[in-house]
Amino acid sequence: MVGITSYGGYIPRYRLNRMVIVQNMAWYFPVIMAVAQGEKSVANWDEDALSMAVAAAYDCATGKDRKQIDGVYLASTTLPFADRLNAGIVATALNADEEGVACSDFTGSLRSATTASISALEAIQAGSKNNVLVAASDQRGTKMATMYEMFLGDGAAALLFGKDDVIAEFKGHFSSSYDFVDHYRGCGKGADYTWEERWVRDEGYAKIIPETIAGFLKKYNMAIGDFDKVIFPCYFKREHANIVKKLGIDPSKVQDNMHEVCGDTGSAHPFVMFISALEEAKPGDKILVASFGQGCDVLYFEVKDKIKDFKGPIGIKGSLANRVELTSYQKYAKFRDLIVADLGIRGEASPNTSLTTLWRNRKMILGLVGGKCKKCGTPQFPAAPVCVNPDCNAVGEMEDYEFANKPGKVMMYTGDMLSASVDPPAVYGLVSFDEGGRMFVDFTDCILEQTKVGLPIKMSFRRKYKDVTRGISGYFWKAIPQVKE
Amino acid sequence: MATGIKDKVAIIGMGCSKFGERWDVGAEELMVEAFQECLKDAGIEKNDIQAAWFGSCFDEVNVGKSALPASMALRLPNIAVTRVENFCASGTEAFRGAVYAVASGAYDICLAIGAEKLKDIGYGGLPEFSSAMGTLNALWFPNATAPGCFAMLASGYAAKYGIDMKDLKNAMAHVSAKSHANGALNPKAHLRKAVTEDRILNAPMIAYPLGLFDCCGVSDGSACAIVTTPEIAKKLGKKDFITVKALQLSLSNGEEIQYSAWQGDHFVTTSKASSEAYKEAGIKNPREEISMMEVHDCFSITELVTMEDLHISERGQAPKDIMDGVFDLDGKVPCQVDGGLKCFGHPIGASGLRMLYEMYLQLHGRADKRQIKDPKYGMTHNLGGFPMMNVCSVAIIGKYDA
Repeated sequence: MVGITSYGGYIPRYRLNRMVIVQNMAWYFPVIMAVAQGEKSVANWDEDALSMAVAAAYDCATGKDRKQIDGVYLASTTLPFADRLNAGIVATALNADEEGVACSDFTGSLRSATTASISALEAIQAGSKNNVLVAASDQRGTKMATMYEMFLGDGAAALLFGKDDVIAEFKGHFSSSYDFVDHYRGCGKGADYTWEERWVRDEGYAKIIPETIAGFLKKYNMAIGDFDKVIFPCYFKREHANIVKKLGIDPSKVQDNMHEVCGDTGSAHPFVMFISALEEAKPGDKILVASFGQGCDVLYFEVKDKIKDFKGPIGIKGSLANRVELTSYQKYAKFRDLIVADLGIRGEASPNTSLTTLWRNRKMILGLVGGKCKKCGTPQFPAAPVCVNPDCNAVGEMEDYEFANKPGKVMMYTGDMLSASVDPPAVYGLVSFDEGGRMFVDFTDCILEQTKVGLPIKMSFRRKYKDVTRGISGYFWKAIPQVKE
Repeated sequence: MATGIKDKVAIIGMGCSKFGERWDVGAEELMVEAFQECLKDAGIEKNDIQAAWFGSCFDEVNVGKSALPASMALRLPNIAVTRVENFCASGTEAFRGAVYAVASGAYDICLAIGAEKLKDIGYGGLPEFSSAMGTLNALWFPNATAPGCFAMLASGYAAKYGIDMKDLKNAMAHVSAKSHANGALNPKAHLRKAVTEDRILNAPMIAYPLGLFDCCGVSDGSACAIVTTPEIAKKLGKKDFITVKALQLSLSNGEEIQYSAWQGDHFVTTSKASSEAYKEAGIKNPREEISMMEVHDCFSITELVTMEDLHISERGQAPKDIMDGVFDLDGKVPCQVDGGLKCFGHPIGASGLRMLYEMYLQLHGRADKRQIKDPKYGMTHNLGGFPMMNVCSVAIIGKYDA
């Protein structure tokens, strides 16, 4: 049986109530008021599509042996590198094997996640792969006071496909492809160029999705009523309902488009909606998932008994529950580089990224892999040639030791107003891991006033710096103090 | 068997420039200013100097690399000049080079000079450090600054001793107020105004919990020393001259930042370097025997914690000693008698030598309004890097016959 063996989700913690956008920007374009229901998810300033993909991939790999993964596919239209395999960064962050693992980026369309899934599933069906992780993520830039600013949210999700312990069996798929350009983003542009909404709705979503679903039903000789859940993205809430009507589906069997809770997360959205459905699914449920982007992919899954024992990931539900309201539109605008604030001369510093150094230390930097001394068992970061334990100091006895999932606590900290930061004060400190080892590290997703010595932490993969001059984003891990409300 | 440095080397001259925002001059002028005073004080000719050590830290924004800037600024007679850099211990490292050279018998008379021109970068605080930390550290170290790193120590100290941050802040405020009061008496200090504890406590936050007045100034300056053997000092007609009693250096080996023993409450290196220094100088009870000290008060919390690592205050008792006035100018062990880094700022390469300069003046009874009665031993201390990874130097000087 081939299908889904795990899922994971990541919706960033910040939520921007759409009325905040309205209050700040409706003077400029009042039409935005029409879609001002609920809130949208906003990536923190140190997050991007890649870092969110890593978060979702880690969540998806909860309880799984990451060394069994033999494919990592990354689906997104907002990847940080045009030429450097972004999926390879995800795989390294996961500390997956390097030899024998194939990585690939699926990009250029909002349906990249379903396309990547079909590719993964066909490879597993063909027996050429065993466990392929597909992460989907988008963090799309939007201009101020636009409908896209209202509709789009940031987020990521991941599915692990394989043959063992399948929680949802892959039963079939059907695709259509049209060069229907409802929006596009030229190379180097920060935001999408969009065409008239009425045309996008009527000729795009409302035709292409129903027609492709019809094609699927015909191919498999099924009826829409056979499905317990039908999932398709469409950020126009009313049009989403119209398509439901057009397809003749019982509205209770349609997955909500999540406009009010996070907005449309782009390439990730079919996954985000699908995982939300899986989180409520019961064995036997037949689920139809469709995407939209220069055509449409339709995939059919049947939920299996194993879903009853499936536990672990934070998922979409869990990450939606971990929310903090971003009350300042200016802060949001600064996070997205929509406005210019001076970082000062101190902020001009931009050391070059040494690619040789990065290559030698890729496991350490991207995978947060330190060392554990084979002689005395002391975990340490970074892995050094000489063991740090003063009673040991063994030479050349280090074995890989992952810190990413290890529990730890805040040992010392500060909130630094002098440091050049997009979101001052820069909070950082020394983290002590419960099972040994320490790390001097940036903190994120926290506020100084709630940070305390002794708070538990979780490590999170983040964009450490963005070198605009040379066009490289650097990634490392940060600590998130776990504040109990 | 090593016998230590005690009484093997004499300081026969010292000089110190005016510290401050010296917009009018560069590092060269600062060095010459300190050096002219030093030569005059020593009563020797420039050509009597046989080798020199030059301390500077931020060569990228200061004078550049190598010891050439010192050799050329002072027009030294084509002698050996070595540039040393060891974070905030750079000035003391220059002194150590000159002292050890004399002690070895390789030279008769040596010069140690430190200089730093910090105010040519266009922004406040120490120069940004990310391009100078190595290519690997640049990939992962936090976006940290000096105040931020030392501020962390306050959180660690407060947690270890269960002290309310408010009480700790009060003690820290007294540290700064005391130094400002001393600095007001010193014509060479950069900051010469007394500041009330109330103002210190209400200052804008720089890095929690350090406010503006918890941080030392940032200044330009230079200081230097001429050293020789006691025998030559006597031959030169020097009476009551000062000798080096101890000179110690201790560096972190990564345990604080990577191993699980250290509790984030003190300086491992200072604790070790000071113990070794007392042993070297033959000091049994530092609280009773040290007459005065200049410690590395880059931040108020650094000075507070250092009182314990110098074994002057018991563990956890520094806040109490501070509030009791132990380290005030008229206290039991006056600290930062010249105003400290707090008032002199921290032109890194110069600081260690500037501290020795004050001890030297005090021991000779030349400290004017700041003069302490009959000092015997003066101690200096530098701490460079971060609380969890640092370089520490400790020096003790005193009268030759003391």
